Amino acid sequence: MTSEVVLEAEALTKHFPVRARGRAALSRGPKVVHAVDDVSLSLRRGRVTALVGESGSGKSTVARLLAQLYPRTGGDIRIGGVSTAVKGGGRHFKAYARRVQMIFQDPFASLNPVHTVRHHLTRALKIHGRYTGEESLDELLGRVQLTPASLYLEKYPHELSGGQRQRVSIARALAADPEALLADEPVSMLDVSIRLGVLNLLRDLKERLDLAVLYITHDIASARYFADETLVMYAGRMVEGGDSETVTQRPAHPYTHLLVHSAPDPERVRGGPAPYDDEDTGEPPSLIDPPSGCRFHPRCPKAMDVCRARVPERTLVGDAPDHWVACWLFDDEGKGEGKGTDAEAADIETTDIETTDIEISDVEAADVEAAAAEAQAPELEGAAP
Amino acid sequence: MSSENVMSAQKSASPQNPASPKSPESTTGQGHPVLEIRGLSVDYGVGPQAVRAVNDVHLTLNRGEVLGLAGESGSGKSTLAYGATRLLPPPGVVTGGSVLYHPDDGDPVDLLRMTPGELRAFRWSQLSIVFQGAMNSLNPVATVAAQLTDVIAEHRPKTAKADRMARAAELLALVGIARDRLDSYPHQLSGGMRQRVMIAMALALEPRVVIMDEPTTALDVVMQRQIMRQLAKLKEQLGFSVIFITHDLSLLVEFSDRIAIMYGGRIVEQAPAVELYDNSLHPYSDGLLHSFPALRGPRRELTGIPGSPPDLRDMPAGCAFQPRCPKAFDPCGGSPPPLVRPASDPGRSVACYLHPSA
Repeated sequence: MTSEVVLEAEALTKHFPVRARGRAALSRGPKVVHAVDDVSLSLRRGRVTALVGESGSGKSTVARLLAQLYPRTGGDIRIGGVSTAVKGGGRHFKAYARRVQMIFQDPFASLNPVHTVRHHLTRALKIHGRYTGEESLDELLGRVQLTPASLYLEKYPHELSGGQRQRVSIARALAADPEALLADEPVSMLDVSIRLGVLNLLRDLKERLDLAVLYITHDIASARYFADETLVMYAGRMVEGGDSETVTQRPAHPYTHLLVHSAPDPERVRGGPAPYDDEDTGEPPSLIDPPSGCRFHPRCPKAMDVCRARVPERTLVGDAPDHWVACWLFDDEGKGEGKGTDAEAADIETTDIETTDIEISDVEAADVEAAAAEAQAPELEGAAP
Repeated sequence: MSSENVMSAQKSASPQNPASPKSPESTTGQGHPVLEIRGLSVDYGVGPQAVRAVNDVHLTLNRGEVLGLAGESGSGKSTLAYGATRLLPPPGVVTGGSVLYHPDDGDPVDLLRMTPGELRAFRWSQLSIVFQGAMNSLNPVATVAAQLTDVIAEHRPKTAKADRMARAAELLALVGIARDRLDSYPHQLSGGMRQRVMIAMALALEPRVVIMDEPTTALDVVMQRQIMRQLAKLKEQLGFSVIFITHDLSLLVEFSDRIAIMYGGRIVEQAPAVELYDNSLHPYSDGLLHSFPALRGPRRELTGIPGSPPDLRDMPAGCAFQPRCPKAFDPCGGSPPPLVRPASDPGRSVACYLHPSA
């Protein structure tokens, strides 16, 4: 947990300008897409950090900002404690890329179809000044378990299967001998039966090479499997973070709840009838004009007035070290001493017992608890240290 | 011989998923086939270059049931569905078998022998399809209303325009979209809404069979669950049968009654969803089930399946799964194992030499 921080982002912000056409061009102010707002994270040596969210939540933008493929609108990126901003593809970018490498989602698109595996790897090695002849290629392919290397070196991308292609692109990233690896949905394009092979390979590499890995995914179950730490993003902001096991088993933020309960879970067939309630869970908001306050409030079953007005700060939940959430339910200031946490604690217990979807009864239980807590609020205040 | 075995296996099997709520009609409807695929084979290309994508597949869809068809890309699951409904574009060729549709009244008809006219009338009114990537299969230059009313106008030309419009609004309401979206163009709708419009369109003429080819793959989990819930509800209301094609086995276990697993163009296992999940017989199904990290319960080390899916141009001799199979033994290299009812559990079928027939 306390291993060295390799790459760090603080209050990272990225707004994409929207081209205004026709009448919109005459309206006041240029419009922007608030793709990423105020995102802070740190990648530590030998640890996997998962970034989970729906499509459009800005998780890939975070990866591209960290790889310095986009200039940032605001905030800071520090590598080894030194603030860096790289523009263009010059010397500085190369130096940065030597330390931070990225793996893309689609191995079909990220390899050049007219070049062999040998070309891809040689080029990467030469660019980063690590080419020492044939054996460096063998070693690289050996690291991603493509052995014997001679079988693969002369192959073109179309001659390889999806899993092999993704291994080649991992090998290419490793050619720079990076400190941090940014993996943007590295397995979502692969066949289900080979996904785990690639994930296990990444984990193995992380351990052997002491890499800091950012694992971007929409599959929260794979985050639990693969990552040490999980961060949840919604509509460009981070809403919850902490140890993977805690975040997936005892989610605090209502959005993480929704995400966990929506994931397909075969175990549900054993937990009695599947809940087919009518609840319309809504859709993510437009990021051109994001909702005020907490961006989840239009969909949130527990939204309060304060959620509409102000953006919640990170608050420690306290059930596990470093488990934080950006939600007013947990904020002392927002809901009065201890009350929010009490209601939420009750909620969490309910969810632990019943593994089925219990959104509605959940809310009710929380309400009852909240009311009870309200009645006892003065005592609680006195008792609180 | 295997075909007889399989047919009776399917009829005697109780595809009822005890965990999911069922309406009385669908319970009584169990065991009555709506669609029977018999010995279907599909090739891509002709002559010596031909690649067999679907090989002698037998599959029965019963009334009111959700049949899940799972497999990796290239396993032939989509080809099977398109071959059976004669939607396969060249170079796909159906080389053998029959596809029997059992109407409510009257004798079964073979889809593969219908005249183009019959086929045109049959499609959509009896059997409809929600295509893979349905989000992009709406016409971008026509409104939702125009596309929905077109379907009705084509099949029921005598209906009045106002009635068709009312029906279109009703269909949108059915899938939870507000009436004022009727005049929207597809680009004005979100991905989830477009998907629901496609589902509404598939249900426009109240077909008895709906084939869904990866209908939720492009969507987020939250939207996926919302749509799956809605589908389950609509199925209860309208009583159609569903063939649900996906690679996501964990989704199928939760939402289907029976699951058939394809590998290398053949069905390798078929069983009620819960039984398959609890006790899969074929090593491939077992591997597939252990390829999904669990969201709950203890964290286990998972391995996936070693190797990669077979190349249809160069299929291994014997069982197609044998090169990747951890339990492969002598007979596996011989001829492909037939799909039979295993001695241990005659209520299901499996194609594996580890589980010989009774």
